[in-house]
Amino acid sequence: MTLQKGLDIYSIRNQFPILAREVKGKPLVYLDNAATSQKPTVVIDALTEYYAGFNANIHRGIHTLAEEATAAFEATRETARQFIGASSTEEIIFTRGTTEGINLVASSWGRANLKPGDEIIISTLEHHSNIVPWQMIAAEKGALLKVVPVTDEGEFIYEAFEHLLSAKTKFVSLVHASNALGVINPVKKVIDAAHAVGALVLIDGAQSSVHLDINVQELDCDFFAFSGHKVYGPTGVGILFGKRAVLEAMNPYQGGGEMIREVSFSGTTFNDLPYKFEAGTPNIADVIALKAAFDFITGLGKAAIAQHEHTLLTYASSQLKEIPGLRIIGDVENKVSVISFILDGIHPQDIGILLDNQGIAVRTGHHCTQPLMHRLGISGTSRASFAVYNTIEEIDALVIGLFKVKKMLS
Amino acid sequence: MADTPTIPAIEDEIVDEFSLFDNWEDKYEYLIDIGKKLPVLEDTHKKDENKIRGCQSTVWMVSEYKDGRIFYKADSDAMIVKGLVSMLIRVFSGQKPADIVAADMKFIDAIGMSTHLAQTRSNGLRSMIKQMKLDAMVWASKENN
Repeated sequence: MTLQKGLDIYSIRNQFPILAREVKGKPLVYLDNAATSQKPTVVIDALTEYYAGFNANIHRGIHTLAEEATAAFEATRETARQFIGASSTEEIIFTRGTTEGINLVASSWGRANLKPGDEIIISTLEHHSNIVPWQMIAAEKGALLKVVPVTDEGEFIYEAFEHLLSAKTKFVSLVHASNALGVINPVKKVIDAAHAVGALVLIDGAQSSVHLDINVQELDCDFFAFSGHKVYGPTGVGILFGKRAVLEAMNPYQGGGEMIREVSFSGTTFNDLPYKFEAGTPNIADVIALKAAFDFITGLGKAAIAQHEHTLLTYASSQLKEIPGLRIIGDVENKVSVISFILDGIHPQDIGILLDNQGIAVRTGHHCTQPLMHRLGISGTSRASFAVYNTIEEIDALVIGLFKVKKMLS
Repeated sequence: MADTPTIPAIEDEIVDEFSLFDNWEDKYEYLIDIGKKLPVLEDTHKKDENKIRGCQSTVWMVSEYKDGRIFYKADSDAMIVKGLVSMLIRVFSGQKPADIVAADMKFIDAIGMSTHLAQTRSNGLRSMIKQMKLDAMVWASKENN
């Protein structure tokens, strides 16, 4: 008989050294996970083990260190492939993060394929990173940017998307889960509809990749971009998935072609992919440590993590609503563990400062989504976002902290 | 204006006042309180050109020059920032341009508020001081012409 057991959150917390520290004399309550997650010991150790044990430049050199480093580097690519269900490691490109992944596609695919009058569709929910690269390439190519509106709760209006979609649509770039509100977009429907008119689709998975089970083959997206540092991995490394046929037809994003031709080791023959998009010495240490982060998540199980985060989200939503004058922005069923809220008559910055003095880290401001804030008629929110190591007690601390904020500012 | 205390004298006063607080709540309640007491900035001054950049909240500030001294007025939509700007106005308003430019502002560290000088995008104290000193430089240059 198997018992359905939840995760042992307290033993998980012990794997994150930073969670033991204090801030302003109080235990740290870290609720800014949508900005970046904390790192487990296995990730931190992987970084030091690489530098202490087998630091070498990869893909060149035949010596032992270079071979060990290359093997570890490529092992992450394979783990990343499994993590998002891609069919081949050739479809896994290492980037600096989600932002660079989107810029790579906008620049390389957009420059070669967009013509005057072509249309690119994004949504009001996008992070600036999924707006500005498209504005830049649209301006350069004379293409037009179309924006799918959202409801007052920040939900993507699918019917409006269908209305915008036409034979002129060449590309759709859509956030999977909103960093500002947590709402999840109907990406599968969007991808299928876009393909029906011959458009390609990029999914910005910066927020979804840590919370949702991702399978790019089932989604059938053409590109999927996400960041290592939001999935318990190091900063400065990210993954761009691209369908092989699409990537093969694209030009390199950055120069360094002659090095690309030299890519060859231990008798293995590689095609141009994925290396033609990885000019220069990559971020070897962080790529290698990223594997430990993927293994950490897979070891716990995404379903178990999602269940815990859902418990936190549900509890936090009900508790926060008990605070007079508090309004959750994006209070919908289908969302990841992110809660954005405003408190009547209180500036988010005051909330952030006064919570920080109680050891509680939240994010305040526009969350790099100014068009969304404008649409919702607010200048910003306070945002609490939960990870696998957060606890019910920490949500209680947030609620007590917010009552204190209200009292101090009344 | 002859009896206006000097900048260092006012700084010492503030340091003395803060020394009475033994917890963070008292410090911030004091800031919130002096923010509430900040003289009103007329709405006509609340325009883009008077906004201070580099702050998560909005801060408007204007200055005027009278009899060799500068007088500042300001407002913010956030209470703690309003308290901080109120404190700066207490230090700088009514002072001579050269003294404002020369002020080292070490008292901010002494009262435990240097965290607000951190170079993150959310903290505006550094930007406010910079703007006040810039205004002082402008008035000083006009003074010399």
